[in-house]
Amino acid sequence: MRKTGRIAGIVLAVFVLVAVLAPVLPLADPYRIDLDSLRLPPSWEHPFGTDSKGRDIFSRVLHGGQISISVAVAAAVISALIGFGVGLVSGYCGGKVDTVLMAAVDFILSFPSLLLAVAISVILPPGIYTVMIAIACVGWTSFARIVRGQVLSYKEMPFVEAARSYGCSHWRIALFHIAPLCIPICLVVMGIKLGGFVLTEATLGFLGLGAQPPTPTWGAMISANRAYILSAPWTVFFPGLAIFLTAFCCNLLGDSLKERSDLRIKE
Amino acid sequence: MKSYILKRFVLLIPLLLGITLVSFAMLKSLPGDPVLNLVGERASPEAIESIRRELGTDQGFFRQYAGYLSLLAQGDFGRSYHTNRQVSEELNRKFPNTMRLALATMAIAVPAGILLGVIAAVRRNTIIDRMVQAVTIAGVSIPVFWFGIMLMLLVCLHLRLLPPSGTGGVQFIVLPALVLAVPAAATLARVTRTSVLDAMTMPHVRTAQARGASRRRILLWHVLRNALIPIVTIIGLDFGSYLNGAVVTETIFGWDGIGRFTMDGILKRDYPVIMGCTMIGTVVFVLVNLVTDLLYHYLDPRIRLDEKNR
Repeated sequence: MRKTGRIAGIVLAVFVLVAVLAPVLPLADPYRIDLDSLRLPPSWEHPFGTDSKGRDIFSRVLHGGQISISVAVAAAVISALIGFGVGLVSGYCGGKVDTVLMAAVDFILSFPSLLLAVAISVILPPGIYTVMIAIACVGWTSFARIVRGQVLSYKEMPFVEAARSYGCSHWRIALFHIAPLCIPICLVVMGIKLGGFVLTEATLGFLGLGAQPPTPTWGAMISANRAYILSAPWTVFFPGLAIFLTAFCCNLLGDSLKERSDLRIKE
Repeated sequence: MKSYILKRFVLLIPLLLGITLVSFAMLKSLPGDPVLNLVGERASPEAIESIRRELGTDQGFFRQYAGYLSLLAQGDFGRSYHTNRQVSEELNRKFPNTMRLALATMAIAVPAGILLGVIAAVRRNTIIDRMVQAVTIAGVSIPVFWFGIMLMLLVCLHLRLLPPSGTGGVQFIVLPALVLAVPAAATLARVTRTSVLDAMTMPHVRTAQARGASRRRILLWHVLRNALIPIVTIIGLDFGSYLNGAVVTETIFGWDGIGRFTMDGILKRDYPVIMGCTMIGTVVFVLVNLVTDLLYHYLDPRIRLDEKNR
């Protein structure tokens, strides 16, 4: 799987690059409504066709990628930071702190995660920051569990005892001796989770809870053009393909990271 | 065993109390007023006040909670703020639909997932294994709503084989079940592969080989049985989550189930509906966990269910 992981990584990097460069690439304006070219099929001028408002779908998919990918990555980073902190505290402190924090994790995991994210998106005003928070509120739990497990095993190692005997404070041991060792696994888990976050972002967008129109996001493009699938299937096909390929590459990458890290991660 | 099951059911009561209290508190602390949502912001203050009194949202938190509990004790989940229908009746109608969809999904996903996983494990590191792995990663990467719409376009609108949406008989259930089954089967196949590979390295498998047992017998009797625990776990988790409603799939295919009901409840701040769905969800979660635990014990008698016997 190593080779596939590398290829997936390269493809993903190309996606990200194209999405980031979308504003400077010679593309049609993703916001320009053109009533003379409604729902045109794919052509040289419009590689992915045009949507129900005559906007160029290729350009909207690239611009949408910028939002969708960055929201998913931001959600992964936020989840990792929260989960890292909670896992470190839970594992290092142990005892009652550990019991309470892990009970919170179990509590969150016992809810259907999509509905929880929807509930959060309803409380906060719709937009990309809300989506990030909604995904992260559910996503941090797996990071917390895995980091906690790592901390528990490192805590018993001789170097911790040595640090104690030198007179290091608990803070210093937790932050400078144990925490750095947990960073690699956090990165691996981020790779594993990223594909799922891309899908959740798209789903929330599809349900109308993400960035509001006319801002292009992949999920919202699909729900906006759903009514026209029979006459103009390309309006739905290409944004969905973008979601699928991005999630696919992320998952391939995550998989090979998991294999390379030699760590048996229980998800 | 009976006392164990009984104990689990008794434990359900404090759990439900806790869950209702937490969800009730969370709902009450939300910004936004269900009454304003109901009548619109232009209604006269008198009208708003009278609806508040009617719904009881003008009372204190604990009086409201106590009122809800006493209703609940009589098997009354209250009425929906929006449709004014009994939540219990709605749940009665919608839950069987969700149940049917979940069963149909598992009927596709479980055999497909286990079969793919076993094939991949047996043919480890061959082209077949790689292909199965690629397909399963694709399966977990596919956005359900897009897959559903595309399948609907192909099967219902172009080939005209099945009705595109609605709740009803077999012809309505095939597509949503298939859409849900793809990611479920993919996850299951991945878990099965890992689990079967693990089980194949166990010493008793080598013993069976040495005794001259056939490959098929080893696979079915010695390997698969030991590999089943993680598989059962995943099936339980998936089944539980589908019983709580597959929000997106139900929305796309117009399936009249719990998922859509919950989602609508959340979007409209329909508190009795949200509470009712949370309760049902908790009960389902606990029951599925109980069945999974009983299955663990049945599959591997070394797993003791009652702590005291340890």
